[in-house]
Amino acid sequence: MSVLIYAESWNGKFKKTSFEAISYGVDLASKMDSEAIALTINAESVEELYKYGVAKVISVKNDSLKSFATNSFAGVVKEVADSISAHTIVMLASSNVNSFAPSLSIEWDASLATGVIAEPASFEPFTVNRKVFSNKAHADVVLSKENKVLVVAQNSFGVIENEVSGSSEEFNVSPSDGNVSVESTEMASGKVNLMDAEIVVSAGRGMKSGDNWAMIEEMADLLGAGTACSKPVSDIGWRSHEEHVGQTGKNIAPNLYFAIGISGAIQHVAGVNSSKVIVAINTDEEAPIFKAADYGIVGDAFKVVPELIEKIRTLKG
Amino acid sequence: MKVLVCIGHVPDTTSKINFANNDTEFDSNGIQYVINPHDEFTLARAMFLKEKQGASLTVVNVGPSTTETTLRKSLAIGADNAIRINAEPKDSLFVAQQIAKVAKDGAYDLVMAGKESIDYNGGMVPGLMASILGVPFVNAVVGVDVDGDKISVTREIDGGKETVSATLPVVIAGQKGLVKEEELRIPNMRGIMMARKKPLTVVEPDGDFTMTEFVKFEKPEVKSACKMVSADNVGELIDLLHNEAKAI
Ligand SMILES: Cc1cc2nc3c(=O)[nH]c(=O)nc-3n(C[C@H](O)[C@H](O)[C@H](O)COP(=O)(O)OP(=O)(O)OC[C@H]3O[C@@H](n4cnc5c(N)ncnc54)[C@H](O)[C@@H]3O)c2cc1C
Ligand SMILES: Nc1ncnc2c1ncn2[C@@H]1O[C@H](COP(=O)(O)O)[C@@H](O)[C@H]1O
Repeated sequence: MSVLIYAESWNGKFKKTSFEAISYGVDLASKMDSEAIALTINAESVEELYKYGVAKVISVKNDSLKSFATNSFAGVVKEVADSISAHTIVMLASSNVNSFAPSLSIEWDASLATGVIAEPASFEPFTVNRKVFSNKAHADVVLSKENKVLVVAQNSFGVIENEVSGSSEEFNVSPSDGNVSVESTEMASGKVNLMDAEIVVSAGRGMKSGDNWAMIEEMADLLGAGTACSKPVSDIGWRSHEEHVGQTGKNIAPNLYFAIGISGAIQHVAGVNSSKVIVAINTDEEAPIFKAADYGIVGDAFKVVPELIEKIRTLKG
Repeated sequence: MKVLVCIGHVPDTTSKINFANNDTEFDSNGIQYVINPHDEFTLARAMFLKEKQGASLTVVNVGPSTTETTLRKSLAIGADNAIRINAEPKDSLFVAQQIAKVAKDGAYDLVMAGKESIDYNGGMVPGLMASILGVPFVNAVVGVDVDGDKISVTREIDGGKETVSATLPVVIAGQKGLVKEEELRIPNMRGIMMARKKPLTVVEPDGDFTMTEFVKFEKPEVKSACKMVSADNVGELIDLLHNEAKAI
C-alpha cells in the first residue's frame, strides 16, 4: 500500500508547492506504514525531490499532457495510483490541482478534502482538519471512502528537508484526449506570482490613488515580494483584480504580509489571516487590522513606507 | 441555449461565525443569508447570455425551504425559473449529484457555478458535477463566450490566464472578473414583483451518496497582542522582522 504524492511542475520546473506536498506526503506515509511515491508529469530534474524525503519517483513524460484538461490529468493520476495500489493521494492546492481534484475523486471513487491544513488527527476514522468559513473557522472532516484525495492548503504544513537517496522510473500512460483545447496562455511577466510569494506587500484605499503605488512596488521589488490590494482598490480600478485578496478574492498564506492603508475589514482579514506574520501600517490606531497583526505602526504610509524602503535597502546591503 | 446557474445560499460576509451543539454544527442564529458572492458573478454573466443571446436561465439550489429567499432574489435579478432540490446539503458530493441529475434531465447546455462557496469553501461541487456528467470543466473562470455549440472560456491560472475552447455541454466555475463590479445585478422593484409570479419548482432529492462528514468545528486561536513600533523609529520594525520574526 502506498501514498501517492503529486509533485506539480510548470514548464518542466517544479512548483514550490510540490516540495511541500512531498514533505506532507512522506510524513503521512510513515505514519500510515505505507510507502511514499511521488508522481511527476513532464518534470525535468526529478531527483530534486529526493531532498524532501521521497525515495521513489514515477516520472510520466507525455506530450499530450503539456496542455491541461481536467479529464486527462485526473485519468493519468488515477492510472498511476492504481498501478501502485495507493490508498491516499496527496496534492498541494494550485489552479490546476483545484481544477482536477474533484474529477480525480469521482474517477478513483475517493473521498476528497480540500483546504487541508494539518495531517490527519486520526486514521480510524480518517479525520482531517480543514479551513471553513473563509478561514474564520476550521473543521474536522471524516473521509468515509477507502480511497482518499487530500488537497493541502499552501504553507500550512511547510517544507521539510530530509535528503534521501532515491530512484525514478518512467511510466507510460495512455491519457484520454483533453476535453478542452488550449487556445492561448498569457503569463504576467516579471512579477512575483501572488500565490507563490513568500512576502506580500498589500495596500488599500489609504493610498488615496492608484498613482501612489510606485512605493508599494518598490518595496515589494526590494523584498522579492508579490503585491496585493483590498477589494475596493481593485473595484475602483487602481489595481487589477488579480491582486484582490480576501474572502471574495485570493486566499493567501505568505510568510510575511504587509497591510498598508488597509482598515482590516472581516472580509479582508479572512483571506490573509493564515499568513505567518502580519504587519499593519495605518494612521488610525483603532483600525481593526491591528487586531489581526503581529506588528504595527500607527502612522502615515506616505512617510512610513519610504523610510521602510531605505531601511530595507540598508539591510539588503 | 439552456443555462443552469447554481446558487449557493451562504452567511453574509460580515457574519461572525459561531457553532452550536457542542461545536458540531453551524449556529445560524442571527445570520443573514446572501447569494454566494462568486455566484453573483456567474448570475450576472448568465444574464448577458439571456439578454444578448436569448438563453433561458434556470437557477438551482440544494437546500431546505429557507433557501427560497435566495432563489427568489435570483429570479428578481432576472432568471426565468428556479428549482429547489429539497434536502440538507450533506456534502459536496451529495450536492453535485443532485444538481447533475437536474442538469442531465433538463438537457442544459451550460452549467454555471461559482469557484467556491464562502461557507464550506470546498471548491468541489462544480468539478464533481462535470465529472459525474462526463462533460468538460473549467475552473476559476473570468471570461466566457458562447457561439452555437462552441464555448470559449478564460480561466485564471497561477500567474496568468489561459483561454480554452470546448463543445457544449460544459460546466464552468466563475469568479470575480467574469463581469465588472458595476455590472453585478441588484434586484429592482419591478424584478421583485415579477419574481413572485415566476415558477419555483421543488423537487425531491434522488439518491444519497456522500464522501465526507463534518464532525467538529473550532475557531482559530486568537492572536496575541500586536507589537507596536513608533512611527518615528521605523528601523525598529525592520530589525524585529529580521531578528525576531526572521521573516526578512
Ligand atoms: C460581499 C463583500 C465581500 C467583500 N470581500 C472583500 C475581500 O475579499 N477583500 C477585501 O479586501 N474586502 C472585501 N470587502 C470589502 C470590505 O468590507 C472593506 O470595505 C474593504 O476591505 C476596505 O478596504 P480598505 O481597507 O482598502 O479601505 P478602507 O476601509 O477605506 O480603509 C482605508 C484605511 O486606510 C487608512 N489610511 C488612510 N490614509 C492613510 C495613510 N495616509 N496612511 C496609512 N493609512 C491610511 C484608514 O485609516 C483606513 O483604515 C467585501 C465586502 C463585501 C460586502
Ligand atoms: N447547496 C448548493 N446549491 C446550489 N449550488 C451550490 C450548492 N453548494 C455549492 N453550490 C455551487 O457550487 C459552487 C462551489 O461550491 P463549493 O464546492 O461548496 O465550494 C458554489 O459557488 C455554487 O455555485
